[in-house]
Amino acid sequence: MGALTIANVRKTFGQVQILKGIDIDIEAGEFLILVGPSGCGKSTLLNIIAGLELPTEGSVSVGERDITYAAPKDRDIAMVFQSYALYPNMNVAQNIAFGLEMRKVPKEKRDEAVQRVAKMLQITQLLDRKPGQLSGGQRQRVAMGRALARDPKLFLFDEPLSNLDAKLRVEMRAEIKLLHQRTKTTTVYVTHDQVEAMTLGDRIAVMNGGVVEQFGTPDDIYARPATKFVAEFIGSPAMNMLPAVRAGAGVTANGVELPTTAAQREALAGNKAAKLTYGMRPEAAQLSSDGLAGTLRFTEPTGPETYATVETPVGLLTLRVPGYMTAKVGDAVHVKWNAEATHLFDGDTGKRIG
Amino acid sequence: MNRPPSSLTWHRIVLWTALGLFAAWFLTPLYVMVVTSLKDMDQIRNGNLLSLPGSLNFASWSKAWSQACTGTDCGGLKPYFMNSVMMVIPAVAISTTLGIVNGYVLSKWRFRGSEVMFAMLLFGVFMPMQVVLLPMSQILGYFGIASSIVGLVVMHVLAGIPSTTLFFRNYYIGLPDELIKAAMLDGAGFWRILWRVVLPLSTPILVVTLIWQFTNIWNDFLYGIVFSGADSKPVTAGLNNLANTTSSVKEYNVDMAAALIAALPTLFVYVVAGKYFVRGLTAGAVKG
Repeated sequence: MGALTIANVRKTFGQVQILKGIDIDIEAGEFLILVGPSGCGKSTLLNIIAGLELPTEGSVSVGERDITYAAPKDRDIAMVFQSYALYPNMNVAQNIAFGLEMRKVPKEKRDEAVQRVAKMLQITQLLDRKPGQLSGGQRQRVAMGRALARDPKLFLFDEPLSNLDAKLRVEMRAEIKLLHQRTKTTTVYVTHDQVEAMTLGDRIAVMNGGVVEQFGTPDDIYARPATKFVAEFIGSPAMNMLPAVRAGAGVTANGVELPTTAAQREALAGNKAAKLTYGMRPEAAQLSSDGLAGTLRFTEPTGPETYATVETPVGLLTLRVPGYMTAKVGDAVHVKWNAEATHLFDGDTGKRIG
Repeated sequence: MNRPPSSLTWHRIVLWTALGLFAAWFLTPLYVMVVTSLKDMDQIRNGNLLSLPGSLNFASWSKAWSQACTGTDCGGLKPYFMNSVMMVIPAVAISTTLGIVNGYVLSKWRFRGSEVMFAMLLFGVFMPMQVVLLPMSQILGYFGIASSIVGLVVMHVLAGIPSTTLFFRNYYIGLPDELIKAAMLDGAGFWRILWRVVLPLSTPILVVTLIWQFTNIWNDFLYGIVFSGADSKPVTAGLNNLANTTSSVKEYNVDMAAALIAALPTLFVYVVAGKYFVRGLTAGAVKG
């Protein structure tokens, strides 16, 4: 039994099924990411862990203790909200100490905790300010401080970075990671941002339509996506997806034979899928002198690399090309990629074949 | 960026003139009341309605306060005024407190049927209160509190709950739900959250509600005459009696002074808290 166990959690609102049986189990000190598009049920699941909503079915345990129906305050859980939810009428120190005060911690201990947390987050000089006088990043820190002060069993984050500008978001992301490395508190972090998911998580649960599509380490999720949805959701630009069919032991798209590995051909032989989807990550392909011929349609330079979109007989392919591209739009180019870097999915169910 | 206009332009002059005229139009009755209350009867009979009093003479004020006849008693407005004070303080306090709790529940602790309940409460805001006079007098009589200040307080509390609930509920809708959730996770319960988190953010709407309730209850005449006994009449009923008591001469100065005495508390409240009133009415969501 791990630090947090979610077993067969279902949630229905009237006729609508929000969560359709979620099973997740993580070890103490792990950083779990719940990632998925809006409406996938990730925030509902977080609220169920926090006790702000109750599941229709299933159970949630922290350690050995079943907390499915425990009141939020009895769960030893702290949460950082998207809007930070700092109490506007209290100053920073009071905000941080409020949870301790409600738990009847004596004044000296509270002050001690406030000082400790403020030092850790470098907000000591802000302790007398009201939340209204703080910038977005500072509020974010105070919200984390409020959660840290109680030294909870479980940390919950509900899209904490989505209200920050791009630069601050990257900074705070690094801080959250550092903070977790120092405190080693088991954490559940909800986001819709796949970069946050990949950079922060020890384990990632990719959710879609109320189910966990894949639960694994960032490397698993990226290198061996279990479904077409996961493959497309994680990675930017998104994985190239080509509708394909079997041709002998291999695979073709629009009559063009696509590179496959021996393992993929073997997996294909043991599978009955009629329609296939052939996936290839943009960074797996290069422009080359031979390979699949095509025309460069447009380019998106980002500085360190350029996203090139090439029209080929099998469809539009996006490539990540290092550095600045010399080829011009309209030029005839060739695209080449390794069979090792490709993924085969069942075209109907979206399940991974190999 | 925001520079004051360098000179008076013609449309400014038009605007100020129009505003001045409107203000004069609405303030004239008050002016007439004040000057008349300070004149003696000879001056009133011989002078012009708008003319200033010859000297400051507060005799009619003290007469209206403690000697004027209201019916057969000649104790002035004072006992009625005191009745109103005894009525308005508990009535405002209780109806506002209940409005706070109701609004808090209906916005942040919704339960099955709470929306229906709120919709039904809204009926109370728009219902003409004459409808409840007869049944209410029966009920007050049944509980033995008809014709008493307690009965009036109960009546005003009941009549006030719909509006106070509406005010607070609509204000609390604008408070982020996450604040409540954060407080729940911090370990605060229903009352602690209300007291420590929600109430400190309620000042604007609290002022609005207090003014609203105070004005309505203080100025009420209908319940004041229907549900009060001989010694529990509020100041509005007293004023009516005073002005309608006929003696040999109609003492306009005393009537005016009495009317001003009856209106002073509400005037005072507006002057003191008026800016909060406008601010509270226009305040939207509270930014965290």
